[in-house]
Amino acid sequence: MTTTTTELTGGGAAPGAAPVAAARTRGGGGGLGSYLLVRFLLIFPTIFILVTTVFVLMRLTGDPITAAQGGRLPAAELAARIKAAGYDRPILVQYWEYLTQLVRGDFGTALSDGRKVTEMLTTFGAATLELAFYALIVAFVVGIPLGRLAAYLRDRWPDAVLRVFAILCYATPVFFAGLLLKLVFAVNLGWLPVAGRASTGAEIELQTLDGSTGIYLIDALRLGDGEVLSDVLEHAVLPAIALGLLTAGVFLRLVRTNVIGTLGSGYVEAARSRGVSERRLLRKHAYRPALIPIVTVIGLQIALLLGGAVLTETTFEWKGLGFQLVEYLQARDFVAVQGIVVLAAVIVAVVNFVVDVIAALIDPRVRY
Amino acid sequence: MATVATPQAPAVEAGGRRPRGWRGLPVVRQLRQSVGLQRGMLVAGLLLTGLFLLTALFAPLLAPYEYNQLRDPAGPFGAQQAPSSEHWLGTTVGGYDVLSRVIWGSRTALLVIVAAVLMSIVIGVLLGLVSGYFGGWLDRVLVVIADAIYAFPSLLLAIVVGIVLNGGESSLAGGIMAAAISITVIFVPQYLRVVRAETVRIKAEAYVESARVIGAGQWRIMSRHVFRNATRTLPLILTLNASEAILTLAGLGFLGFGIEPTAAAEWGYDLQKALSDVTSGIWWTSVFPGLAIVLVVLGLTLVGESLNDLADPRLRTRRRGGTSPADVAETSVVPAAAAVPTELDPAKEVGL
Repeated sequence: MTTTTTELTGGGAAPGAAPVAAARTRGGGGGLGSYLLVRFLLIFPTIFILVTTVFVLMRLTGDPITAAQGGRLPAAELAARIKAAGYDRPILVQYWEYLTQLVRGDFGTALSDGRKVTEMLTTFGAATLELAFYALIVAFVVGIPLGRLAAYLRDRWPDAVLRVFAILCYATPVFFAGLLLKLVFAVNLGWLPVAGRASTGAEIELQTLDGSTGIYLIDALRLGDGEVLSDVLEHAVLPAIALGLLTAGVFLRLVRTNVIGTLGSGYVEAARSRGVSERRLLRKHAYRPALIPIVTVIGLQIALLLGGAVLTETTFEWKGLGFQLVEYLQARDFVAVQGIVVLAAVIVAVVNFVVDVIAALIDPRVRY
Repeated sequence: MATVATPQAPAVEAGGRRPRGWRGLPVVRQLRQSVGLQRGMLVAGLLLTGLFLLTALFAPLLAPYEYNQLRDPAGPFGAQQAPSSEHWLGTTVGGYDVLSRVIWGSRTALLVIVAAVLMSIVIGVLLGLVSGYFGGWLDRVLVVIADAIYAFPSLLLAIVVGIVLNGGESSLAGGIMAAAISITVIFVPQYLRVVRAETVRIKAEAYVESARVIGAGQWRIMSRHVFRNATRTLPLILTLNASEAILTLAGLGFLGFGIEPTAAAEWGYDLQKALSDVTSGIWWTSVFPGLAIVLVVLGLTLVGESLNDLADPRLRTRRRGGTSPADVAETSVVPAAAAVPTELDPAKEVGL
């Protein structure tokens, strides 16, 4: 059995420890096809392990109905409702039922608001997706050019400033970054809205739009109303910066480390001795290969982004999965919580698969 | 090496032999090895970390009030009071003194870090050793599970574990343990992987084989030969994890899994309570606990990063003049392979 993992040793914070693709070559290694197949099949045990872990952990506390309504209902009625929902059966039976439901795409029904969990996931998932997209743009635009600059000016003062900036980016909890941004740009300067995804008027317009996707940017574009569009974008600026800077710090450092690595390598040395200009060396020779590890690290960044999204959404009342998660946690609605966590597991597993495939396509060494 | 070395250059450790005594201690060694900017970053990190430790230790002496004190003989403090001579950093929406809660919060953070890191190291190292040394199906199962957990958003995992442990908020000891265990669950896979990779490598070394030949038992080999060598990368991961522990604790507190304000001071919890203050322009309730988090994490990260850079020959700034470049600090996460410019597989997954 073989396995592959993209990992950044030391909690995503160790430079130089570029992503590791653990691969065992069997007599020179198999083809790309078999690698992709094995890697694809590995998605399932990963999801299975996470789903099982979450299920076991959540059930250690007892059944969801007692958690949500215990103390508020008379004992007899509580018992009746537990029986009706089937939570009095052996845990293994319930586990099997849960798994088969999941396979059919059924996440159950939320206890607090009676909504189908699947429906809740798609509605609020769109908002989270939109936020993650904006944040990634910020991360790329800020992190990559600055990382290149830091590598080029290595050990001079701009490098020092940029490195401290990078560390500050991930030393600052996203919610504190969010609070500060809010304080300065929304409250004191009044340039941008304090919270939410859009103003009330625009939000109603967007939600009543025919075949609304839930992604406000797309909906606003389809609506063709310039005011709504700028309203939506204004609301996105602060959350995107708060969440994006977190990842930007990671990108900055990674690009810096890798460009320094490639700048010192044989082929750059060779190009330099041929008289290639320093500028061109940095742009063409050192930069491109240094980007490969970024691709592989994005897999881990997704996990960071999802975690950060929960905090960012709470800070900015951005009504996505993270915001909902906190609401459901406060309501002790563990069916819904479990649904959100399982969705996160699926996203992480699938993104890591895609990332590994891209890495294998770019770099032939990363194969079985 | 014929160049005249600066008098106190550590290159005097001729032949790359390990320095003895206090000079060989992990951080001291790197401090002596560093130069210029890198030394500046390391020193800044050490200062911030030292400040944090001192504040945590002497919190009762430093804080003007108790973390859960709402009134003094002159009467109640009042909620959301702006900074004044009585309350240097103002009071919170709940009527606590902000400065006192910031100072006491360092103690909570330190307790959680110590508990979480100790637990993760004990469990992670043990599992890593067993997994790497014995290999087989146990190894595979452990690695697959560790990978699955490692890739997962740590905050979500911590939330789930938090639910299990106390269903939300709780007392000081309970809250600290709950947070620490939540963080432990996230860290164990990291320690497992690092120690396992090292163990697999060390297992094949000649000295382990020699020990086996002269009849040393499994346990003796594991504890004396493998353990000692496989754990040398831990100081680095430890500092990085300590900073991650603080962020996770604050995140949990911010989402309402904090420790009750009457039981202890916790920065994340205070920030959650300050969320609504921000909208009305009240800045002192959020800025100070937030700055405390940033400074502590910054300090720990600076130390961790510097140690890592010093261990990586590609990133280490060399002392001008002739010093031995072979003196690689032994804290690198990717020890041997760090010099290889490609990113491919430093941890060499031999067994899998």
